[in-house]
Amino acid sequence: MGLAAASALAPQLRVRVRDEAIERAALEGVAAWAGRFTPLVSLEPPQGMLAEVEGSLRLFGGLAPLARSLRAGLGELGFSATIAAAPTARGAWWLAAAGREELIEARAALERALAPLSVAVACAEPRALELLRNVGVATVGELARLPRAGLARRLGARLLEDLDRALGKRPEPRATFAPPPRFAARLELPGEVTHAEGVLFAARRLLAQLEGLLAARQAGVRRFALTLVHRGALAIEVEVGLASPGRETARFVELLRERLATVALAEPVEAIGLEASAFVPLHGHSAGLFGDARAEGEGWARLVERLQARLGGEAVHGLGLNAEHRPERAWRLLGPGERLPGGAAQPGPRPLWLIQPPRRLREAGGVPHGEGPLELLAGPERIESGWWDEGDVARDYFIARAAGAALLWVYREPGGGWYLHGLFS
Amino acid sequence: MSAAPASLEDILRRQPVWRGGALARPAAEAVPSGYRALDRELPGGGWPTGALTEILGLHEGVGELQLVLPVLAALTCVGRRVVWLTPPHLPYAPALAAAGVALEHLTVVRAPGRRDALWAAEQVLRAGTCHALLAWFRDIRYAELRRLALAAESGQAFVALFRPRAAAHESSPACLRIALEPGEGMLAAHLLKRRGALVATPFAIPIPRPVHAVAGAVPALAAARSAAARACLA
Repeated sequence: MGLAAASALAPQLRVRVRDEAIERAALEGVAAWAGRFTPLVSLEPPQGMLAEVEGSLRLFGGLAPLARSLRAGLGELGFSATIAAAPTARGAWWLAAAGREELIEARAALERALAPLSVAVACAEPRALELLRNVGVATVGELARLPRAGLARRLGARLLEDLDRALGKRPEPRATFAPPPRFAARLELPGEVTHAEGVLFAARRLLAQLEGLLAARQAGVRRFALTLVHRGALAIEVEVGLASPGRETARFVELLRERLATVALAEPVEAIGLEASAFVPLHGHSAGLFGDARAEGEGWARLVERLQARLGGEAVHGLGLNAEHRPERAWRLLGPGERLPGGAAQPGPRPLWLIQPPRRLREAGGVPHGEGPLELLAGPERIESGWWDEGDVARDYFIARAAGAALLWVYREPGGGWYLHGLFS
Repeated sequence: MSAAPASLEDILRRQPVWRGGALARPAAEAVPSGYRALDRELPGGGWPTGALTEILGLHEGVGELQLVLPVLAALTCVGRRVVWLTPPHLPYAPALAAAGVALEHLTVVRAPGRRDALWAAEQVLRAGTCHALLAWFRDIRYAELRRLALAAESGQAFVALFRPRAAAHESSPACLRIALEPGEGMLAAHLLKRRGALVATPFAIPIPRPVHAVAGAVPALAAARSAAARACLA
């Protein structure tokens, strides 16, 4: 019936235009995600997918657990599916198309399972269906019992071939879906979202898809970018970097959560997009027998990642030594956990805290003053260095005691002028 | 027939009975502080792990960092991680290395705001991958300290919070609170709170001060310089 007639019958009807490109993209997204279960996935457009899982049965503990995790994963992606399994591809497809969720493992049971299906799943042509109905053939079982020569002559060889393929008498090679080399997906949010948790919930779906694709390609990523599309087509990109390549959804969600906590959502978010392009090879590793040290190292790396996601990349650092006489250059910033061999032993005592840049001290009566006059206890230690790189210093360092009995590291420049450079603690 | 009555020693040992005047036996392993005068007064014979310790110095630079330096050196030398959170100044690497700290296991975390600092402390404690956390908080509320105490309980790290002396009057869920004052060549420590009997009087902890070192080292410095000069000329 036409659209006008339908609206007349049901005034509250909501009409949506069918967009085949989006459907295809969604199907490909699901096929890419399914790569975490098996690399052999083939598409049956517009809404079907076949996955050859014999090789994965042992890993997932059997057909039923595999189907369960498939269903759970698809649910996370926002799809509901009819899942059926059979020893042949076409047999499984017919079962799923008929809406029967059966998991058949043995070939002997296949014929029996396919028998009660209606012939509509086997044959789509209306003329052939009409003929079969007139003859009184309603199920696939009855179809299989018809004489083969007559069937081929009347309805075409194609139907017979399909039947043979479903029952396993003919091989059925299929084209495998090749997962794309980069990931870009977009999700329209059902309503406008104003807080980060809502965005995170939607982003979880896209991240699950990304994980599936990465698992199919045995790869990981070091960074991904989430685009938030606000009302008014204003888009903000939030980039998340990882310390080491990875693909686990849980880890990505944690990092994204910390990162989103620093982003203020000025306008409601209407859609989100996820992009990840630089895939690096990453193989799943088996857990070691005595995995403690490795697990702890990974726990530390994850902690550093989390801290950097929220506080910024430079918030976490290590310290290293430099073979230099000038105190402000005798140390350097390193990445967390980075190791720098070298550095020489210092000739004199050094303060635990460095005040950089050195603070100028007031001088009265030839004696430096902090809050009160400082008492010079030890020194001088002359440090003269750096003529070669314009950082010429010539300083006399003293250890001074302040009024409150704190020990300070001060120096005097040759032209006069006292500076505070460190604090002993 | 009833079982034979348990002996008094058994009861005292097994059940949580605390005899006044005794130090509690902490559930978690304590790490020795490196100062015998301090270890004597601490339950377990060292810094507590899996709980908060508060160090309240009279002012900055009284020696509070020297107090924890031996335990940092001991931990980092066996490859255990130590995290410093929002230190008030720049930690000076050569001094730390001279004190025996292995720098590759030391990490500094800087947080821009107070809430970020608290969040970072909780994350570090909950992750359970570091063995010591030194944190400097200017002001922190009881509820936030309680959260940190709970996070600390989930791990086995030595957690030291450096707070200003004025915080001594506030209540705190830390299991150990030490107030430090400078003394003549020693550090006067007052245990405000510990798991055990109260210590009424402050006791002295001898900590190394650089002044003695320099007084002895100046002639050594001259000797080293002349040795280097001779090596250059040779």
